[in-house]
Amino acid sequence: MSSNKSVLITGGTVVNASGEVLADVMIDQGVVQEVGPNISAKYAAENKGGPQRIDAASCVITSAFVDLHTHLREPGREESETIETGSRAAVLGGYGAVVAMPNTEPAQDSVAVVEFVRMQGERAGLVDVVPSACITVNRAGLQLSPFHSLAQNGVTLYTDDGNGVQDPVIMRRAMEYAKELNITLMQHCEVSRLTEGAVMHEGCCSSHLGLPGWPSIAEVLMLQRDLELVRETGAKMHFLHLSTARSVELVRQAKNEGLPVTAEVTPHHFSLTDEKLTGFNTVFKVNPPLRTMEDVEALRTGMQDGTIDAIATDHAPHAAHLKDQDLLAAPPGMLGLQSALGVALKYSGCSVQRVIDLMSWAPARIAGLTARQGNAVASGNIANLVVFNPAAQWEQSLEQIVSKSHNTPYLGLPLQGQVQYVVRDGKVIVEAGVIAK
Amino acid sequence: MKHLLSMDDLSLGELQQLLSLADEMSEIQKRSQPKVPALRHKTVASLFFEDSTRTRLSFETAAKRLSADTMTFSAASSSVNKGESLRDTVETLSAMGVDAFVVRHKTAGLPLAMTQWTDAHIVNAGDGAHQHPTQALLDAFTLTRALEMGNSLAGVRIAMVGDIRHSRVARSTVRAFVLLGAQVTLVAPASLLPPSLIYSNATHTSHEWPVSISHHLDEVLGEVDVVYLLRMQHERMNAAFISSVGEYALHFGLTPKRMAKLPHNFKLMHPGPMNHGVEIGVDPALVPGSLITQQVTNGVSIRMAVLLSLLGPAATSEMTKEERNV
Ligand SMILES: [Zn+2]
Ligand SMILES: [Zn+2]
Repeated sequence: MSSNKSVLITGGTVVNASGEVLADVMIDQGVVQEVGPNISAKYAAENKGGPQRIDAASCVITSAFVDLHTHLREPGREESETIETGSRAAVLGGYGAVVAMPNTEPAQDSVAVVEFVRMQGERAGLVDVVPSACITVNRAGLQLSPFHSLAQNGVTLYTDDGNGVQDPVIMRRAMEYAKELNITLMQHCEVSRLTEGAVMHEGCCSSHLGLPGWPSIAEVLMLQRDLELVRETGAKMHFLHLSTARSVELVRQAKNEGLPVTAEVTPHHFSLTDEKLTGFNTVFKVNPPLRTMEDVEALRTGMQDGTIDAIATDHAPHAAHLKDQDLLAAPPGMLGLQSALGVALKYSGCSVQRVIDLMSWAPARIAGLTARQGNAVASGNIANLVVFNPAAQWEQSLEQIVSKSHNTPYLGLPLQGQVQYVVRDGKVIVEAGVIAK
Repeated sequence: MKHLLSMDDLSLGELQQLLSLADEMSEIQKRSQPKVPALRHKTVASLFFEDSTRTRLSFETAAKRLSADTMTFSAASSSVNKGESLRDTVETLSAMGVDAFVVRHKTAGLPLAMTQWTDAHIVNAGDGAHQHPTQALLDAFTLTRALEMGNSLAGVRIAMVGDIRHSRVARSTVRAFVLLGAQVTLVAPASLLPPSLIYSNATHTSHEWPVSISHHLDEVLGEVDVVYLLRMQHERMNAAFISSVGEYALHFGLTPKRMAKLPHNFKLMHPGPMNHGVEIGVDPALVPGSLITQQVTNGVSIRMAVLLSLLGPAATSEMTKEERNV
C-alpha cells in the first residue's frame, strides 16, 4: 500500500504524547523517515524531482484520528450511507480508521458479514474500516455471537449498539467470553423498559413539550450493573456515548478502583442540549438523547480530567425520507465524522494535545489498532497522519457534506479546527481539505 | 396570526381578541340560517392521523358555517402507511389548493413541522401530549362566559384533576387559564404529573408551570371554584402509572361524596369523552354547574373564530362585521 513518492510536510507543529515541536516531517516508503526542524533544506524542490511538499504553516501534524463508533449502514441501508461514502466523510474529518458498528442488515454477527465489511473498506481504500461485531445474534439479546470464530478473524470489539444488552445472564456470559478471549465489550447503556417510546431527554423540556422522555436513570442503571459485572469477571469493557453527569461520576469511581473500563463521549453530547428539541426538529433526535447543560459540563470535565478516554462520533446517517417524519417515527442519530474535530476544539474546553489524545491515541489503543494508528509522529512509524489548523473558524454547510445523508446538527453553528491534509500509508489522500484524485 | 400551533404563541391580547370574536360567532350560530359567506372559496382540509370524530366534526361544522369548502383526509384511508412520507402527503394536498390544514397527530410538534412543508395555514387540532389550542380557547371562552367575567378569570380558583402528564389539554388549557388570571392547582398522583414537576433534579427556568400541585383531591375541594376533570385512560395501568382505574377513581374521581364538599355554585368541566365511573362518578346532567355541554357547543364558535382570524379578509379587530362578511 505504500507509495513510492516521498512527502515532505513543512512548517507545522508536530504534536505527540511526549510534547510538541516545530518540525518538518519527511515521509518515504509509507513510513516517517525523519522529524526535525528545518530538514526541508536537505531535499530538492518538488519540480526538481524532490518530494511532494505540504505547507503546514500554522497547522498541527499528528497521528490520524480513530473513530470508535461509526455507523456505515452497509450492508442493508445503502440509501443512507455506504462504506465508500462513509469513508470519504471519515477521511475529510481527519480519520485514519473507523470502527464500523454492527447494526447493519444483516447484522455483523458472523465472520461472513464482518469480512464483507472489511473488504468493502479496503475497496474504498480511504480509511482503515475496522468491523466490530455483535454481542448477541442479530442484536436480539438472546443468543451469544460466535465469539471464538469472530475473535479468530481479528474482531476485538463487540457491541449490540442501538440496544443495550438487557438480560444480565447474557451479559455475564458474554463477559466470561470477553475475559478468556481478551476482547472488549462496548455497551450502549439503556434499560429499554425505561425508554419505551421516548424521543428526547426526560426533563423540563420534555415535560413542557409533552414528548415521551428518556430518563437519565435508564443509562445509569445499566452502567452500574455492568460495572459490577466487570468487577466480578475482570472483562474489559468500553462504555459508548456517555451522556449523563452521573455516568461520568460512576466511570470516574470505577477507574479509581482500577476496573478495566474505558468510556467515550460524542461531540453532540458535549456541545448541544435538549433545548434543541423545542423546534421539534428530528435532526436533534438521537440515542442517547441530548441532555442538559449540567450534563454537558460534567462531560467536558470528564474529558479534561481523563475520566473519558475518547471522543467517538456515533456518526449515524439517515436518508432524508427517514428523518422527514414525525419525531416518534424518525430514527435517532446524527452525522459526526466531518464535524468532530471542529466541535471538539470549539466546545470541549480541552487543549489541542488533549483533543488529539481523545480522538487518536486513546481510541487506537482501545480498539487495538496501534500497529497502524495512533502512534507518535517519529521516524520508523507508519505515516498515517493528519494535518489540521487548530485555530480555523468555520461553519458547516450542506455542500461540504459528502455523506449520503445530510442529518448534521451543526449547520450554522460556529466550529473551530479544520483538517487540511490526511496522509495514509505515506500517501497524501486529503489535500487542502479535499480528497485527492 | 399565520398559524395556531400552541397556546404558548398567543399573547393575552390575542387570546382575548379570539374570545370576543367567538361571541360574534355564537350569535351567528343562534340564527335560523347559521351560515355566513365569510370564507367562500377557501378550502379547509382536515388531516386527522389520529381518530377524533368529535373534534373533526366540530372543525368541519365551523368551516361550513363560514362557507368554506372542506375536505377530509383520515389516516386509515391514506397512503401514509404505505411508504409515502408524511411530507409527500402534505405537499400533494397543498398542491390541490388547500388554504388551511386542521391537523391532529399522535406526535408532538408535527403541526410545526408541517409549516415547513406548505404555505397554507396550520391549525393544531391536537399533537400528542403537547398542545390542543382550540380546546384551551373553548375552555377559556366557556368559563369566562359562564362566570360572566368578561375576558378575565382573575382570582378564579381552578383544580385540574387527572393525567396531566399525558394531556395536551392540560398543557394548553392551563396556559389559557393562567393568562387570564386564574389560580390553577394540578391534582394527580406524582406518576401522572410531568416529570419536571416531580423530580427536583429537573430544574429549569424557561419552561415553568405557574401552578400549585396537590396529590390529594379531598384537600383542595373546599378551596376551588372550578373542577376540571381530565380523561383517565385505561392503558395507563400498563406502564404502572396507576394501580387500577378503581384505585384511581377512589382517590381522584369526582364522587357524590366529594361533590358535597364543593361550594354549591362550583363549575364542572371536562374535555370529553368522559369515562363514567372513573374520573366522574356523578351524572353531570345533575350537576347544576356543569359546563360540559357548553364546552361542546362553544367548540364550534371558537373554531369559527380561529378559522376566520386566520383565513378571513384581513380579519383584524378593527374591521366591522360587514367588512368581515359575517
Ligand atoms: Zn448507541
Ligand atoms: Zn451508535
